Amino acid sequence: MPEYLVRLVQVHESFRKAELEALAELAGVDISFVHYLEDSPFAIVSLPSDHAATTVVSRSILSQGIYEFWGRGSTYDELHESVKTRSSSKWKQYEMTPFRFVVDGYRGARSQTEQREIINSFSYLAFKGPIRMRNPDETFSVFEDYDDKADKPKALYFGRFIAGSGREAKTTYDLKKRHYISTTSMDAELALLTANMALAAPGRLFYDPFMGTGGFPVACAHFGAVVCGSDIDGRSIRGTGGSARKGQTGKMDVQGNFKQYGLEPRYLGAFVADLTNSPLRTVQTRDDSTYDGYLDGIVCDPPYGIREGLKVLGSRDQLNETERATHLDRFRDEGYIPPKRAYSFTAILDDVLEFAAATLVVGGRLSMWMPTANDEDVELAIPTHGCLELVSVGVQPFNKWSRRLLTYRKVPRSQAQMVEGGRLGTARNPYEKGVKADDLNDFRRKYFQGFKELEKLRNETNETTGGNS
Amino acid sequence: MKLLTLNFLTCAIKTCKTSEASFPLHPRDAELEIVETDLNLPFLKNILPRLMWEEIRTIASELGLPDLPTTAPTREDLVENNAEVQASLQNQTAESAEPAVEEIPSQTAKDLHRILLETCIKDGKLVCGNCAHEYKVMEGVANFLLPGHLV
Repeated sequence: MPEYLVRLVQVHESFRKAELEALAELAGVDISFVHYLEDSPFAIVSLPSDHAATTVVSRSILSQGIYEFWGRGSTYDELHESVKTRSSSKWKQYEMTPFRFVVDGYRGARSQTEQREIINSFSYLAFKGPIRMRNPDETFSVFEDYDDKADKPKALYFGRFIAGSGREAKTTYDLKKRHYISTTSMDAELALLTANMALAAPGRLFYDPFMGTGGFPVACAHFGAVVCGSDIDGRSIRGTGGSARKGQTGKMDVQGNFKQYGLEPRYLGAFVADLTNSPLRTVQTRDDSTYDGYLDGIVCDPPYGIREGLKVLGSRDQLNETERATHLDRFRDEGYIPPKRAYSFTAILDDVLEFAAATLVVGGRLSMWMPTANDEDVELAIPTHGCLELVSVGVQPFNKWSRRLLTYRKVPRSQAQMVEGGRLGTARNPYEKGVKADDLNDFRRKYFQGFKELEKLRNETNETTGGNS
Repeated sequence: MKLLTLNFLTCAIKTCKTSEASFPLHPRDAELEIVETDLNLPFLKNILPRLMWEEIRTIASELGLPDLPTTAPTREDLVENNAEVQASLQNQTAESAEPAVEEIPSQTAKDLHRILLETCIKDGKLVCGNCAHEYKVMEGVANFLLPGHLV
């Protein structure tokens, strides 16, 4: 298979490989990594054709472009040698083509004069076509990879441009320019990445059970999927909860976001619901004939219980007879608000998996975010389910905690694994018990304790510096 | 909410889920609205085998919409199948691998699109056939939150 150079971006490194693999699966082509380093934005992959390369990378959020791989080396002498051995057969083809050369450095740059020298050193390619800096037929790129603050590059690559990526969508969907967002909206880059991981594509049906202001469904719709969503808080869907943006007035709702991006035709609608009492039809995974669901993908970022409370329907304590009677009496009244209670975080993750297993089609994907503290004593176990196979785990690290994007695929019934107790379900670990949010959510407790520790540390430093001055 | 969503929604009460009568939910006092959108043929094709045809027919008749055929259409029924298109498709396969002429949605596809994706419930109620619980639809958003005594 021909080899291609992928110019990646140097952010969210742990997602880059997984994204390209997901996009290759979506395109139905095989991809293999010939050369890949976590600390380098240059990867070499093999793909069946230029067409496949274009299809894969044109949707990618974490790359900038893909190039036909012509050579590499750690010095220019090595690079020229490599280009001569690898690609001399291709030179003739571009002899008269209008072209341009570009020098692209990572963690280093070259002056105009140096760039010209570098480009001239490729004169042996003997291209006689006109040089066009705008709209050339072919672009040839020299890539330089520097160590931090180094004055000489450590690695050099040369390639012919094939296709750009889908990264400009990050700018189109930038939260700063979105009409309606909330405090916990996922940033556009990661929302689009999530949609890629879940294989959102034209014709497919996607669902987000914790939609909020609809960031994930919008991202999936961008890639052509038809989307719907739900949230336990109807105000976020209807947009009657006030805007998260200072000084913004007027009616803002999820529908409006779809309108803003011209994606309304792909918005199926939203409803108010709680995942633990979901109105969506579920299939019996035990039974062969009903194993296949109807959703092509589920994307979600469940509330972590920090900025957005983790609540489900129900009351803190079992209702007594009089209380039940009161609810029965009043529930039809205007302004009746169903009671909600705090819920265990590990339990909701298992519930999402259970729900995904009972609604996804075979091969359908679940992409779900899950926070975890960086110190290992509250490392949350990655939830598992007999009908779901873990495809990839990406990590976005923060200072004291990090979050992971877990991607699962629903396996055919014949490959489903029984979990303990011979069930086809989640390997349910014991959940946190209690009624208060803190008792029910280890991550939340740790998070706020973490701030206490940090504050203590800061106070101590302040005291010492205060004493010195 | 577009009518297609009713193909996936049932009663939120756990004990109702096992009862066949809880699906589909029955629209009552529904105020309908037609929101025209572009026909999405790949989506219709993809979703067609997942439609609960009998139930969709029930909903359509309850809402007083034109009758749907008794048997569910097939994927082939969704595209225009005249000789001309066939011929041009054949020519293409002879010349190049990639089809240049787009498939034309048939009247069946258009009717289905009209009912499932352009007909919306703006306000009204959805009623469970098993427990008779009513879910309100307001401004096109249905509310499935259960009151305290039903959780």
